[in-house]
Amino acid sequence: MLKSTPLNATHRAMQAKMVDFGGWDMPLHYGSQLDEHHQVRRDAGMFDVSHMLVVDIRGAHIRDFLRGLLANNVDKLTLTGKALYSCMLTPEGGVIDDLIVYFMTESWFRLVVNAGTADKDIAWITLQADQSAPQLEITPRRDLAMIAVQGPNARSKVWNVIPGAQAVTEPLKPFQSAVFESYFIARTGYTGEDGFEIILPADDAPAFWQKLHAAGVSPIGLGARDTLRLEAGMNLYGQDMDETTSPLESGLAWTVDLKSDRDFIGKTTLQQKPVSQKLVGLLLLDKGVLRSHQQVVITGSELSGQGEITSGGFSPTLNQSIALARVPVELAVGDEVGVLIRDRQLAARVVNYPFVRNGKALV
Amino acid sequence: MMSIPAALKYAKSHEWAKAEADGTITVGITHHAQELLGDMVFVELPKIGRNLAKNEECTVVESVKSASDVYSPVSGEVIAVNTELASTPEKINQDAYAAWLFRLKPTNPSEMDALLDAAGYEKLVAEEAH
Repeated sequence: MLKSTPLNATHRAMQAKMVDFGGWDMPLHYGSQLDEHHQVRRDAGMFDVSHMLVVDIRGAHIRDFLRGLLANNVDKLTLTGKALYSCMLTPEGGVIDDLIVYFMTESWFRLVVNAGTADKDIAWITLQADQSAPQLEITPRRDLAMIAVQGPNARSKVWNVIPGAQAVTEPLKPFQSAVFESYFIARTGYTGEDGFEIILPADDAPAFWQKLHAAGVSPIGLGARDTLRLEAGMNLYGQDMDETTSPLESGLAWTVDLKSDRDFIGKTTLQQKPVSQKLVGLLLLDKGVLRSHQQVVITGSELSGQGEITSGGFSPTLNQSIALARVPVELAVGDEVGVLIRDRQLAARVVNYPFVRNGKALV
Repeated sequence: MMSIPAALKYAKSHEWAKAEADGTITVGITHHAQELLGDMVFVELPKIGRNLAKNEECTVVESVKSASDVYSPVSGEVIAVNTELASTPEKINQDAYAAWLFRLKPTNPSEMDALLDAAGYEKLVAEEAH
């Protein structure tokens, strides 16, 4: 039996093509994935991301607990509503999940974790809390829905739909959030565009979705969500990193705080283990489409060896195929590599990512 | 647009084949197939002159979602390919029966008889939906 979000019937009424996404019955697209992609880059689109899980942690000394639980440093969160992206690691330094943590008050932090890892995350957090912070109350919030509204016109369209929200949310900088009535509104997203991620009571989600639609916000499926995040150079858990990979070999070193003397789960291993691989961007020079698990062949220099594409696809904005690939750390931007696609080896160039930000091509 | 034209023959693997007046056979993928695959972004066509066996993999259509093999519904020599698709693969989504992939000089024209007619293909699509 597939799990469904509070918007399931709404997606079906909007002619969505539904797919099994890790056990969730989710919209892949509502007609054309390419059109949806461009809609977000050029105007505004909305995504049902209610399969992701909101976890509220309440009680005394939460900050201490999160200092040890997360690889990024929650001491960066000083302002109410501020968000931080972080990995949660195993003692071996593998990535259990990547998540966003919001600072609400000193006795209330809110996490948003991935759908596919939600059960595992709750079990891990609970286990850690039992050992070091049994006073904490950890509450999975399946009573909430989450809708991401993204695109250059996303914020103004949200303000048209929630009267009064503009005053509270217009001052928000990226990675800040505010509560307005029953809405939790964060200036975050997974597309490389401006916009909000809005958490609201599950029962209110269908009516809110319809109001956004009436305000000119198009529904966007998971297909375009993936091409948008790939262009934006954002990691996808389970593809670009998992429990077998280090965040330092997954393009996530910027999220791991090794500078402070704070100890956290996985830190010792990360400090001891040499980093031999890294994540790079690839731009396919030949015609074709890069896909995850294709082999990257490194030749034509003193370097040799192999890498693997972790996420690949067609970039609608660049009209060219792009990928994230894990390769030997010596490989440099500008180098040419080969990618094995079926029986052929095609040429690709190593590039910096993100590939696209705020509607503009960066490569 | 009719989604299963009566004048064409169909393979179970969702290709259509059209017998041309000059004895050649034109091949493409069906409307149903393009719907399953989603927006097309790349097509890799066979080389002209290549001899194909019946059901041989000869073309790759790549959509935003995945790469899929296309099989030749009949045996024969490739005498033409639709080069227009290199720059406009979306034509397959717009009209799968106009956006042909390749044209064959058939080795054995009677192989066409073994393919499904429109009614047979419609039944196959209906069965796969269950």
